[in-house]
Amino acid sequence: MILSALNRKALRDLWQMKGLASAVATVMACGVALFILSRSMLFSLDLTQRTYYERYDFADVFAGLKRAPNTLAARIAEIPGVARVQTRIVVPVNISVPGLDEPATGRLISVPDGREPVLNRLYLREGRFLAPLADDEVLASEAFVTANNLQLQDTIAAVINGRMKQLRIVGIVLSPEYIYVIKPGDIVPDDKHFGVFWMNENALSTAYDLDEAFNDVSLGLLRGASEPDVIQRLDDLLEKYGGLGARGRRDQLSHQFVDNEIEQNRNMGMFAPTIFLGVAAFLLNVVMTRTINSQREQIAALKAFGYSSLQVGWHYVTMVLMIVAAALAAGIPGGLWFGRVTTQMYAKLFHFPEFQYRIYFSVIASAAGISVVAGIVGALTAVVRAVRLPPAEAMRPEPPASFSPTLMERLGLGHLVPPVLLMIVRQLERHPIKTALSMVAIALAASVLVLGNFFQDSVDYMMTAQFQWVQKYDMAIATNDDVADRALYEVGRMPGVLRAEPTRRVAARLRAGPRTRLVGITGIRRDNQLSGLVNMDGQETPLPPDGLMISKKLAEVLEVNVGDYVEVEALEDKRPKQRVLIAATLQDFTGLRAYMDLDALHRLMREGPVLTGVEMLVDPLQQETLYRELKNTPQVAAVNVKKHAMDSFDKTIAENLRIMKSINLLFAVVIAVGVVYNSARISLAERGRELATLRVMGFTRGEISAILLGELAIVTLAAIPLGLALGHAFAWYMCTAFDQELFRFPLVITNRTYAWAATVVIIAATASGLIVRRSLDHLDLVAVLKSRE
Amino acid sequence: MSAPAAAERTSVFAARGVTKVYHMGEVDVHALRGIDLDLYAGEFVVLLGASGSGKSTLLNILGGLDSPTAGSVHYRDRELTEFDDAALTRYRRDHVGFVFQFYNLIPSLTAVENVSLITDIARNPMDPVESLRLVNLGERINHFPAQLSGGEQQRVAIARAVAKQPDVLLCDEPTGALDVQTGILVLEAIERINAELGTTTAVITHNAVIAEMADRVIHVSAGKITSVDVNTSRRPASELDW
Repeated sequence: MILSALNRKALRDLWQMKGLASAVATVMACGVALFILSRSMLFSLDLTQRTYYERYDFADVFAGLKRAPNTLAARIAEIPGVARVQTRIVVPVNISVPGLDEPATGRLISVPDGREPVLNRLYLREGRFLAPLADDEVLASEAFVTANNLQLQDTIAAVINGRMKQLRIVGIVLSPEYIYVIKPGDIVPDDKHFGVFWMNENALSTAYDLDEAFNDVSLGLLRGASEPDVIQRLDDLLEKYGGLGARGRRDQLSHQFVDNEIEQNRNMGMFAPTIFLGVAAFLLNVVMTRTINSQREQIAALKAFGYSSLQVGWHYVTMVLMIVAAALAAGIPGGLWFGRVTTQMYAKLFHFPEFQYRIYFSVIASAAGISVVAGIVGALTAVVRAVRLPPAEAMRPEPPASFSPTLMERLGLGHLVPPVLLMIVRQLERHPIKTALSMVAIALAASVLVLGNFFQDSVDYMMTAQFQWVQKYDMAIATNDDVADRALYEVGRMPGVLRAEPTRRVAARLRAGPRTRLVGITGIRRDNQLSGLVNMDGQETPLPPDGLMISKKLAEVLEVNVGDYVEVEALEDKRPKQRVLIAATLQDFTGLRAYMDLDALHRLMREGPVLTGVEMLVDPLQQETLYRELKNTPQVAAVNVKKHAMDSFDKTIAENLRIMKSINLLFAVVIAVGVVYNSARISLAERGRELATLRVMGFTRGEISAILLGELAIVTLAAIPLGLALGHAFAWYMCTAFDQELFRFPLVITNRTYAWAATVVIIAATASGLIVRRSLDHLDLVAVLKSRE
Repeated sequence: MSAPAAAERTSVFAARGVTKVYHMGEVDVHALRGIDLDLYAGEFVVLLGASGSGKSTLLNILGGLDSPTAGSVHYRDRELTEFDDAALTRYRRDHVGFVFQFYNLIPSLTAVENVSLITDIARNPMDPVESLRLVNLGERINHFPAQLSGGEQQRVAIARAVAKQPDVLLCDEPTGALDVQTGILVLEAIERINAELGTTTAVITHNAVIAEMADRVIHVSAGKITSVDVNTSRRPASELDW
């Protein structure tokens, strides 16, 4: 196709301003890439999750209980709305893994002998399913196998109902129930020390004395069934069998985390691209305004020769569209690349049989649509000016720019200021909107940096709080059932145990009016030294002698305040129901928690001194001996070693944060360089004549650079505090946008983060300023004097 | 007012064999073809020629904006052609006053500030207000360029050029963008500077009428000096008309 002369002009004009055009296109490309990333990731995650759930029959309702006969399953199936019922046995186990000194924790789940479960079916990655009636075979979760470098046919030892048993891994599997695997009580995944295993039902029921009985049930619901209604009826049915409270998917841990991630992508999908496309639109406005101003005579000539105003307008729109096209050409592969990086980050956290990051055509189409709109909106005022310009007026040069005394001078301070500074200040005041937008754009760069580092700061703070203030113990163990408190003295006598304190956990339902939540009430001694009840600000709240202390978030969810009463329904043992005072709240970081003085909890439970866990300080030199001892202690169902949680955190979350931080840095630099480079180039183009005149009259290069770049320096320096404040505001928004029941990010931004954001912006601005300064060396002094402009 | 006697004259500029070739793509343009020229202290010279004759190139070389391809230019006892960029900047800053066809004022600065911009960096400046008074603009010193007529803007430019008390005043078509009346006001200002301050003045023009106010008229054509006329009597600018 032969290009029309006007299109050739558009291409050549663009080539002339390639530096500016690519700066704009790069900023826009970042917006496109981010949009494609978050929308495609949103759809991909959503599709992967839905497909997985559907194909592998992820249940809708989950309930644990003490023990019920298998015959109850038929009655559960009669609950209106229930389509399928899967009863099973789920037990915690303490396991030893070859190559791992410390004990690990596992969860054993039964599968019907010789057939697949009807719900929560397993995806077999490697090996085979269990042979019917085999009692020494297990299927192991992939994350655990990978983290421990295990293979098929490797064995692990588990203490099953008090007896050590060797279990052979015959299959490596994934389950829709465990896309995100987290050990109860932990706040980050620790795949090395927590695994899920599936075993034949016969073997497990024999070992745990649960013949013809179950202690866990999952339900699949009919379409249109009322989940709350089913949960209510199920709870009623299970009550006398020690039901621990049924929950829907919304309260299923793995599902919660995946949903949270989907939600985050939904939020970021709107937020981040808006910033970049907004900045790009502003830059386009500046560039096109300048281009059209400098082409007044050309526009006049085109119109004089008979081109219509519309054709002239379209000509400039074409230039905008070419820039948008370049942005899309870079942004689409950019989005693909970010997708791969993010997919790798997800792979560490989410265990899908297959996670396919797909770019959707509809996403690309909307990215293109949004970019075109942003581009045209940005360039609109400039293009309209070109369209409206009467040819005769356009032939004349633009009248000299009008200036007026600045605020500073009106205040009578003008005489204090040298003319060079006056030039700068008046230039800034003459275009207040442009100055303000430049400032906002640079401020956005700073805010992106603050936001990027905020996650790090916040997580660092959270981890310090969790690992130093809350978990003051080195190791904690949990038992299967409550045991008499003399166990505390037995643990205390184990090698290397320096201090041991009891904990008692009771599954309970808290009810306030129509609002209920399933929680674990943790009983600890008021004089305990190993569990800190620490608020976000680092202050401890003392445990009241009576009544509950609950997470502030839980108080919000239940709509109760300190001084109110809630109904506590214990779901264990004698299942007492009692009104209990909310004696205090705790502004903590994760989950919905409830604490009580140990003696008060015993009174509530109408029980003697029992415990379900021990927290310990351990002599590191005797750790290995202690590990061996614990591996052989039948009652111990779980061992939590603080050090392992910290290591696991470093390997997953911390690494992901580092990747996010570098991507953020890249984005912020693109904005900062884009804006400053653009402003400097436009200033140079608009004021080249002025600067050349000064050079002719004897100003040095350094002096005119100061005039050109001083303006930008002022804008940049003024933008930084604004950007830091904006970053703070964005961080606040992020704190509120995250799932508050799972995590509450503390709004912590260190001074180092602010300093870092300011420094990066200043360096990026200086670098782009220096690039433009180099063109001052090539200023054509002679030519510039002869032309009108 | 008459030309100083030849014997007393000190040469400010001495150009010898000045040649300037521009390489415009594949074509060589010979802007100057071996010019010999002297400008003397305090004189008023008009360089007269058609557009493209090379007069602007010559002025740019004298003003330290451009360097010749061959030949030498002496400014007093110094070889201008050997100056590097920094030295040329220094030279323009200390010794040369420029007046341009399109004024080249800084739009964001008022008249007096445009002048101050120069006096701030000059070694021996006059008071900016004083220099504006010299061009009869004492009343409008606080106006911005956009608030001044073309003739007024040009007179601010002249005040700006002379405020540093330069050794030479180089004016490139100073009336080129003005009508007759305002052009004459501008020429009067230049005339007054030359007379009262004794500043060596070179004016480039293609307007032969202006040549009548000069001490010497140098005709430039096709990159060469074709003739030099000495006016025995200079006509005051106020009497000119074109």
